[in-house]
Order: sequence, then structure tokens, then C-alpha cells
Amino acid sequence: MGAGHAHRLYRRGDSPVHRLPPHTKLAAVLGFVLVVVTTPREAVWAFALYAALLAGVAARARVPAGFVLRRLAIEIPFVAFAVLMPFVVPGESTTVLGVSLSVPGLWGAWNVLAKGTLGVAASVLLAATTELRDLVLGLQRLGLPSLLVQIASFMIRYGDVITDEMRRMSVARRSRGFEARGVRHWGVLAKSAGALFIRSYERGERVHLAMVSRGYTGTMPLLDERPATRAQWAGALALPLAALPLCLFALLG
Amino acid sequence: MHVPDGFINAPVSAAAGVVAAGAVAVSLRGARKELDERAAPLAGLVAAFIFAVQMLNFPVAAGTSGHLLGGALAAVLVGPWTGVLCVAVVLLMQGVLFADGGLTALGVNITVMGVTTVVVAWAVFRGLRLVLPRTRGGVTAATFVAAAVSVPASATVFTLVYAVGGTTDVPVGKVLTAMLGVHVLIGVGEAVITALTVGAVLAVRPDLVHGARGLTAPLKLRVGGELVDAVPAAAPEPARAGSPKKLWAGGLLTALVLAGVVSFYASASPDGLEKVAADQGIDAKAEEHAAADSPLADYGVRGIGSARLSGGLAGVIGVTATLAVGTGAFWITRRRRAAGSGADAGADSGARV
Repeated sequence: MGAGHAHRLYRRGDSPVHRLPPHTKLAAVLGFVLVVVTTPREAVWAFALYAALLAGVAARARVPAGFVLRRLAIEIPFVAFAVLMPFVVPGESTTVLGVSLSVPGLWGAWNVLAKGTLGVAASVLLAATTELRDLVLGLQRLGLPSLLVQIASFMIRYGDVITDEMRRMSVARRSRGFEARGVRHWGVLAKSAGALFIRSYERGERVHLAMVSRGYTGTMPLLDERPATRAQWAGALALPLAALPLCLFALLG
Repeated sequence: MHVPDGFINAPVSAAAGVVAAGAVAVSLRGARKELDERAAPLAGLVAAFIFAVQMLNFPVAAGTSGHLLGGALAAVLVGPWTGVLCVAVVLLMQGVLFADGGLTALGVNITVMGVTTVVVAWAVFRGLRLVLPRTRGGVTAATFVAAAVSVPASATVFTLVYAVGGTTDVPVGKVLTAMLGVHVLIGVGEAVITALTVGAVLAVRPDLVHGARGLTAPLKLRVGGELVDAVPAAAPEPARAGSPKKLWAGGLLTALVLAGVVSFYASASPDGLEKVAADQGIDAKAEEHAAADSPLADYGVRGIGSARLSGGLAGVIGVTATLAVGTGAFWITRRRRAAGSGADAGADSGARV
């Protein structure tokens, strides 16, 4: 906790992208992903240009390519699904290296892979250049209900505490010779989960009481109200605005 | 499990986003009543708990392991309103922080994994609690069934969304069979873990389990050597919140219009299942196959003749079915609350500061 506390995806830096107000970045990423999703999948060149745009942002933010590529691993389950598509989708088939693959299935796999990868890469760049607290503040400025923002910020603030508590329980179990090997051990693990819930809930009550005793009334004061300047909005929205003509061209062409 | 960008087309993603936003808005009002101003810290901590417990691996057999999804667990432990909020916040943070699940697919993810699991689990749970004995065993058994049903229900809703707005032409029947086959198994695992976890909490702090309210014996005072019932705290009049009927009607109208009109647009897109079926002349085969499979697959296939109409129809039917389940759940809850003991009502509202 305290200063310098950041999440795993964050990459400290001081680039123009890091300095942009968080809500402009959130809006930009959302706009970009929407444009990507609307692009017809036959326009392969458009996706290549989108990737180039993201690479440009990454270079501007001084985020190395290896960092982004490693984080793309999160979409592996859906890659597996995409790889299956050419085999299960009916329709016109083609033969590649002696294996019969369906053409609509290949297009479907390409669609999911291209759009999914671009979406994940955009999100990774957002998370890599924005601190946790700023992200939540950004969501609040974009009009997320205040109660939801508070819940999210409490979850973030105590997420590591609860995860560490779980890790301590795991250390305690293992130091007593327990090793979960199969279904027979679910009872022990479930008791740990139950104990974790009780500890989390009771911690929540303590936190609430501590806050009430310090004057909490159900709303959090917003300390730094720094609206984004026109130039900052323009800088952030350059990404979706650069992508939009490509999408329109692909839709019409 | 998290749906990435580009898996579901843009109009249906937007419609799912509206459904998710509506569900979260209704849950915000509900949670305020459930938790008062404690909502933020408590729901935040419970969300952190759900987030953490999803990382707890349960070994299945050599090498493989599974983890909890948490929707049913949240519904039973903290109630449906707070449950929806917690799971939605967890999904939101996973999408924004860890790039887990696409930003445009956030609505789909919250609708499928958050709202569906919590609402279905809670409806099943309340239904079974009416039938089963009012004991700890009864609560655990109801939890088991609720969690077991919630996972395949979530898979079914995903298939429905996919049938209306999927970007690939995998036949709906096949998707449904594959999804249900896998998720019935996952559901059994989820059910065992959820029931064991709820059982563990019940054994230590039964008062914390929202689904087990009314199980705890009423407070007794020993007066002059004999036990007498404590006078329940006078329950203040519950605050009338706006006009729920208006909100209800507005939400229903929005959902129906969206489901009908937006899916119109969606199924009018040229690269749907219909296109392939018509092009490749597999209509007849597909019809046989799907009819043998399930009524849900029927919607996708009947669409070959009139794609637009059937797409819209499927959406409207989906909304109506969801509404029926949801209304059933709320109705049962309200009736139970009205019939609940005075002590129960006191516990509900006594915490208001």
C-alpha cells in the first residue's frame, strides 16, 4: 500500500502517453476498439494499419514490443477456440498441406484472432501507461456511478491485501504438510475460501467503521478536479480518429 | 472464459452493454437497501474476495485444475444485488487492468458471467429454500443445485448471444452442444466447491450468509430465570424509492426494443449463418440436425427463411424469458420478506445510521 503501489501491468515512465489524463485515454481506447470491431474482416490491410497505429502509440509511450507481446498471452484460451474453427465450420472447403479446412471457418478464426489481439494490445497499452488510481478516477470522470467507482476503488485498494491473505493461508497449509492433489482435498480448500470470505467481510466492516468515525457519509470527496484541456483530448483521440477513416474506407470499398 | 473483442458483433455487444448497465443500475438501488452506506466498503471487499478466490486452484486430476467462477457464491453469501455489483466490478477491473476480456465485450461478459449466474443461482436457491427443510443442510443443498444450474445457464445465454451476434458461422446447435457438454461438468465442480465454501461459512458465521437469513434462532432474553423472546427492534418504515413501476416499465421497453430492433440489424449482416446455409445449400441438413438438438437451435435455423424476423424474435423471446425468471425471483423474495419475522426486518433496517 501507500505511495509507489502499482499493478502488475503498469510500466513506470514519463512519456506523452503517460501524462495524458486517464479519462481521455479510456475514451480513446474504447473508440479505437469499437472502430476495430466494426471493420469488416475481409479488409486485411486495415488490420495491418491498425496494428501499425498501436505500434506507433507503443513507441511514443516507450513501451517495448516484448512487454506488449508477453501480455498478449491472456487471450490463449480463445486462440484455441479460433484454431478449432476451420475444422468445425461447414461450408466451402479448401486444402492446405493435405488438410481440408473450411473457408468461412478460416475467415472466422482470422476475425477473432485479429480483432481480439488488437483489443488486448490496446488494453495492455492503456494499463501499461496508467496508474490504478488514475484509471478509477478516469472511469469516474467518464460518468460511472459514484457508488460503483467507490466499490471498484475499494476492491483495488484491498485486492492485494486479500490476495496476500490467501497466500498466507496457502503457506500455512503447506507448512503443515498439506498438498492439494485431487478432488479429495477440495474440502480443505473450500474451508480456506470460507475463512477468507469471513476475514474479507469482517475487514470490510472494520474499514467502514473506521471511515464512519472519520466522517464518512457515503460519498467520497473528489480531491483533484483537473479537467482535460482541448490539446490533451486531441492527443488522446488521435488514435481512434486515425483509425476511423480506415474503417470507413473498408466498409465502403 | 472472458469474451474478447471481435467475438460478438458491435450492435449485439452494444445491446448487451445496455442490458448490463441496466442490471447494474437496478443492483445499485437494491444494494443500497441491502447494505446502506456500508455498500461501498463491504461490496468492495467482497469483490476483492471474489477476485482472490478466482485464483484459488482446485486440482481435479493429474495436472489439471479448475477455479471458481463465483457468481452463485456471491449470490448466496451477500445477496443478489451486491452479488451482481461485485461480479460486475471484478469483470470491469479485469477488462481494464488485465486486458482480460475485451472492452467492447464488457457488456457481454457482465451479462453472461455476472448477471446470468447471479440471477439464475438466486432464483433456484430461493425456490429450493421454499421446499427444502430450513436447516443448514437445506441451505447447503440449495446452494449446490443453484451453483450447478448457474454455470450451464450462463453457457446457454452465451450461446444465445452468439447465435444473434456471433461473427463466425459455427452452427448454433454445435456451439450449444459443445458449450453445454463442457459447462455441465464445470457446473458440477463449481457446485461442489460453492456448497463446501458456503457450508464452511455457515459453520462459523451463519449470520454472514445472506441466503441463510432466518436460520438463526430469534434472540432470547433470560428474565428471572426463564427465556422470553426479545422484543424486536421497531422496524422503521422502509423509504419509498421513487416509483419502481416506472423504472420497471422503462427498462422492459428499452430491453424489448433493443432486442427486437438491434438484432434485426444484426441478423441482416451478410456474413451470418443464414448466408452460408443458403449459399452452400445445407438448409435441409441443418434443419434436421438442429431440430433434433434443442429448441434454442431452432431459432437460428428457422431464421433461414426470414432471417430478420427470427433474429428479432429470438431477442424478444430472450428478454421475455429473462424477465420471467427475474420477476419470479423478485416476487419470491418480496413475498418471503413480507412474510419474514420481525427480527429479520429489524436486521435489514436496523443498521441504518
